[in-house]
Amino acid sequence: MATQPEISSTEEPPRGRTRPNMVWPFPPRERPDLPDHEPATLAEYLRTAPLDAVDIADPLWWENDVEGVFLKRLRDEAPVHFNEVNAARHRGFWSVTRWEDIMAVDTNHQAYSSEASLGGITLFDMDPDFIMPMFIAMDPPKHDVQRKAVNPIVSGPNLAGFETLIRERTAEVLDGLPRGEVFDWVDRVSIELTSRMLATLFDWPQEQRRKLTYWSDISTSDPELPGNPSKEERQTILMGMLQEFMALWNERVNAEPKTDLVSMLAHNPATRNMPPMEFMGNLVLLIVGGNDTTRNSISGGVYFLNKNPTEYDKLRANPALVESMVSETIRYQTPLAHMRRTALEDTILGGKHIRKGDKVVMWYISGNRDERSIEDPDAFIIDRKRPRQHMSFGFGIHRCVGNRLAELQLKILWEEILKRFDRIELIEEPERVPSAFVKGYKKMMVRIPA
Amino acid sequence: MAKIKYIEFDRTEHVVEVANGENLMEGALGNNVPGIDGDCGGNAACATCHCYVGDDWLAATGPRSDSEEAMLELADGMTANSRLACQIIASDAIDGIELRLPETQH
Repeated sequence: MATQPEISSTEEPPRGRTRPNMVWPFPPRERPDLPDHEPATLAEYLRTAPLDAVDIADPLWWENDVEGVFLKRLRDEAPVHFNEVNAARHRGFWSVTRWEDIMAVDTNHQAYSSEASLGGITLFDMDPDFIMPMFIAMDPPKHDVQRKAVNPIVSGPNLAGFETLIRERTAEVLDGLPRGEVFDWVDRVSIELTSRMLATLFDWPQEQRRKLTYWSDISTSDPELPGNPSKEERQTILMGMLQEFMALWNERVNAEPKTDLVSMLAHNPATRNMPPMEFMGNLVLLIVGGNDTTRNSISGGVYFLNKNPTEYDKLRANPALVESMVSETIRYQTPLAHMRRTALEDTILGGKHIRKGDKVVMWYISGNRDERSIEDPDAFIIDRKRPRQHMSFGFGIHRCVGNRLAELQLKILWEEILKRFDRIELIEEPERVPSAFVKGYKKMMVRIPA
Repeated sequence: MAKIKYIEFDRTEHVVEVANGENLMEGALGNNVPGIDGDCGGNAACATCHCYVGDDWLAATGPRSDSEEAMLELADGMTANSRLACQIIASDAIDGIELRLPETQH
């Protein structure tokens, strides 16, 4: 670990870090007064607003796919920047936007904690009255032993055993798609394939697989947005999920160990005595981790190829490019836009004084567009030189455990698509998820020519 | 310049020359040796350049750092011979070294 420079006593005054007690409901969100919320208007605002006037956590930017305008300004002008706007809602946080700085935080788990009780790994703290410990939101040594309990299911040799099953299912889903008709790719393909895979990993009844999707969506949904369950409703729904999984756990804990995730957790000494909230937390982690992410990379691929027709031509002409196209899609999409840490000590990052207790947000979606580390980062290039060098899986001990499974699912999907369809046409701009965490699509209407 | 022998899981051998000072993950990628991914670019921040160093070469390659150790702990099939290739720097002292590669990187 690099030695920290001495912290000067004349650093800038503390801003927005008075740590108000976060009392639900949060005060209303401060938003700029704009004539409308069209993407062009929002982008123009983000291009010119003072850096200190913008709350990048506001779902408005993300729902309209304009956050990148502001993140680029942060990278260039203020690579470690304190976001104070709306601090009464999120306590304020540091935005870290350059590749090198993100790498420094991600690989320093001694100084930057993931601990659930400090708020966890997302910009908005876990509900203090509903802390769900899960291994991604733990520090060593507990993190390590729990992660190792589930690691074997997504290890290389084990994945080889899934390949035939994934290919058969993918073929079945693709063969069932209508031709010459407009349909929602998110629902018919992205959700369908990821929910089937998740059900397999948990050995969960396939006919009830959409429950897994539902719980995944609930776990990351913003209780303040109209139409979403309230905080209390969300807790009730997740308790219901726990109950259903407890039934499976109770069946499997006394049975011969099997290779599904529930059995693995029930039989591993590191996880078999987890309290119920910790079991719930790890379920949420595995469900969201295996669902939201791959789902949105599946949709993202269709979107990016439509926006970059010469890349689509390249892929059709040379299906051997699927593997690098998959990595490029995961980079370009960055389905989880950020991970958050909490500083355990005073430290210096990018010349800024980070205080013990501060929230530090690593914007992977920005690091993936940092031209200091990636050549021509704003271009979608399916045969770029080192497509695997992206930060969508994170780095350090919390790096995505299911990354190889995700890549395998996407690779098989695109191989099977190329065998069947000359093109998948994007009909209109997709509806996006209003979230600074899950960068994704709610609906994407497409047509496969008859 | 050090001569490095990379041995794939299926025993295919690749002997390449790597300039002194360059790490052995780069040495593989730069010479199109399959079986090493190097996703993090050489920061010991992933474990996709996992390799096994023969007993005879362990001393010459030196000890693992804490961060390397932490990442290897999470890799598949870690043994006492496991290293991250990006943390081994080519030099005269390791001229002729053999690195065995695992079945898959994770």
